[in-house]
Amino acid sequence: MITELEMGKGESELELGLGLSLGGGTPAKIGGGGAWGERGRLLTAKDFPSVGSKRAADSASHAGASPPRSSQVVGWPPIGSHRMNSLVNNQATKSAREEEDAGKKKVNDDQPKDATKKVNGKVQVGFIKVNMDGVAIGRKVDLNAHSSYENLAQTLEDMFFRTNPGTIGLTGQFTKPLRLLDGSSEFVLTYEDKEGDWMLVGDVPWRMFTTSVKRLRVMKTSEANGLAARHQDPNERQRNQPM
Amino acid sequence: MNYFPDEVIEHVFDFIASHRDRNSISLVCKSWHKIERFSRKQVFIGNCYAINPERLIGRFPCLKSLTLKGKPHFADFNLVPYEWGGFVLPWIEALARSRVGLEELRLKRMVVTDESLELLSRSFANFKSLVLVSCEGFTTDGLASIAANCRHLRELDLQENEIDDHRGQWLNCFPDSCTTLTSLNFACLKGETNVAALERLVARSPNLKSLKLNRAVPLEALARLMSCAPQLLDLGVGSYENEPDPESFTKLMAAIKKCTSLRSLSGFLEVAPLCLPAFYPICQNLISLNLSYAAEIQGNHLIKLIQLCKRLQRLWILDSIGDKGLVVVADTCKELQELRVFPSDIHGEEDNNAAVTEVGLVAISAGCPKLHSILYFCKQMTNAALITVARNCPNFIRFRLCILEPHKPDHITSQSLDEGFGAIVQACKGLRRLSVSGLLNDQVFLYIGMYAEQLEMLSIAFAGDTDKGMLYVLNGCKKLRKLEIRDSPFGNAALLADVHKYETMRSLWMSSCEVTLGGCKRLAQNSPRLNVEIINENENNRMERNEEDEREKVDKLYLYRTVVGTRKDAPPYVRIL
Repeated sequence: MITELEMGKGESELELGLGLSLGGGTPAKIGGGGAWGERGRLLTAKDFPSVGSKRAADSASHAGASPPRSSQVVGWPPIGSHRMNSLVNNQATKSAREEEDAGKKKVNDDQPKDATKKVNGKVQVGFIKVNMDGVAIGRKVDLNAHSSYENLAQTLEDMFFRTNPGTIGLTGQFTKPLRLLDGSSEFVLTYEDKEGDWMLVGDVPWRMFTTSVKRLRVMKTSEANGLAARHQDPNERQRNQPM
Repeated sequence: MNYFPDEVIEHVFDFIASHRDRNSISLVCKSWHKIERFSRKQVFIGNCYAINPERLIGRFPCLKSLTLKGKPHFADFNLVPYEWGGFVLPWIEALARSRVGLEELRLKRMVVTDESLELLSRSFANFKSLVLVSCEGFTTDGLASIAANCRHLRELDLQENEIDDHRGQWLNCFPDSCTTLTSLNFACLKGETNVAALERLVARSPNLKSLKLNRAVPLEALARLMSCAPQLLDLGVGSYENEPDPESFTKLMAAIKKCTSLRSLSGFLEVAPLCLPAFYPICQNLISLNLSYAAEIQGNHLIKLIQLCKRLQRLWILDSIGDKGLVVVADTCKELQELRVFPSDIHGEEDNNAAVTEVGLVAISAGCPKLHSILYFCKQMTNAALITVARNCPNFIRFRLCILEPHKPDHITSQSLDEGFGAIVQACKGLRRLSVSGLLNDQVFLYIGMYAEQLEMLSIAFAGDTDKGMLYVLNGCKKLRKLEIRDSPFGNAALLADVHKYETMRSLWMSSCEVTLGGCKRLAQNSPRLNVEIINENENNRMERNEEDEREKVDKLYLYRTVVGTRKDAPPYVRIL
């Protein structure tokens, strides 16, 4: 999947625009996915429209292609969330086990007889709570339905920035236009890890993130300065202050 | 009018348990109403906002058992924000204040807190049974209060709840004097379990008939537990994380062989398939088997197990069993009444040749003459198959078909599936519950309205063309109680055509449809006995608008009949018109 932004850049290894880009900046800055893992960038509202237009670009280029995968529609397929969590957890454990087996010999014999410890050290992954500043309702998002930060941002955008979830038409396109946050402040995406610390999303590889995240929060940039501090030099922050 | 003294009539009423029959009796005359009121022990409330605790207690002061349902069904799929409502605390507080002799509480889709559980455990001396299904908001601390304070506890049944597991010692909180347990189900708990405490508890519960373990109870412990409780009827196996050594396996097999009363098996939350053979000896006795959480068992292992289960009446399974496996079920399980086939690969990552198709469904319909309930997730379907199924199985009471991809047509003819579902409703004259899916026009709803005379609950997703579809249903299905619709093009014309219809129903849910704020307002205006709730999740957008746009489409509409007016506990994003 190629974003509008990426098309001009020709960077094939891009981990997709979601990164956490402080700011306003130019699309080029946002698209600089190579910075992934090098330093955290703040997710801004401007990232969301770009993700949105990516979908529009996608639909345009894939006109007539199959509708979105059933797992990408909110609340579909109609399986209870408890069951869903259990199944995705099993899938995660299974694929991790397969990875281990593929690598070296089975470690089963070496495992302590602790029933709760999984082979890959993961505990429950699945639906986690997401809150956004200024929005009363929390939502839940299925982490295992996502393969990257960009995927996740897309879903969060659906949840929090769209007024009317579009009806999926026969061509698989969302019929409602995506609405930008007119004049609103920029946001950052943060998460609480297992130790209870709040961190910026995007610092670590995706897989590591999914195993340590407990819940998410879309926070106003102004409140997130404390978190941003360790990643930004003050000059950069200054330049990108919301108006 | 009465030829018998009240006590005699009351005695007769004791034989009538069904709440619907009870409701009918109470309408006969004033005298019967009064006698029925004071003799009713079990009360069922399908929507906790249709009535309030005070009025309930006023009418049925002698109640002993209360069943309450909270959130609408689509809350199961994360379509209802989790602070929407359905709080049980006010109910428990009211029951406690009025000193109702509560013995049993059964809750579904409600918000339960540790505080409510604590209050519950202290307020009712004779409390015996707590059943929580798809609830949330509490932790194992709440369970600890129940364990510690309910001296006569018989049943603690936790099904698919979201429980914060504090990894505490709640099982230790059952006092040594507690020996009355008949049913203990904690399969949904995610954390560690004090296995030693569990073993002691099971050992001192000679009446224990149902035990369902969570993931944290390993194989060796299972063998010991079963040895303590050979009288079990119903077992939920926790986890076999690794392949057992031969000695553990032998012990397990020996323990299982002694459980000659075992009729129902479930769990297998994490299983090494080579452990399944330990259960072979008791398969012939099983009437219920739930392997729908056992994602790691391959189809062929499942088949070997099922081939031995000749008396099975209820089977819940994953689609990894495949069409081939369903053919085996059809050949083996001639007593089968209820089948549920869940998807094992939700994200469509594997090109799963083993998943089930219309072939499996047809085979089951042909082989199982007693089948009356089905929930079937599949990737493809055809009209021809549905027509055959209808012919083979005219006895369906519940028919729920979920084709995973929205709008998917008959995969052979590329037509819509209206004719297939039409055949189902026409043949199955006793159909009470129906879920439709795949590519569907208004025609299917015409059929439903015409033929589904006993239909009480209908679930619609990504279906229909125009308002006519919904109108056919509202006009035709006289017994309709619950209608839930998502992502379908039904709008104000359908919504407003017959407002009084909704007073004959429990509730209506419409999300991502074409109804507008204006339409909902008009509906609410003329209906004092309906609560019309709009769930609009995007507060940011709402606050920016200065005036309301009545043409604005409504995200989620939930309306239900009620005798107590607007509820006071709704969060700010729920607007009650």
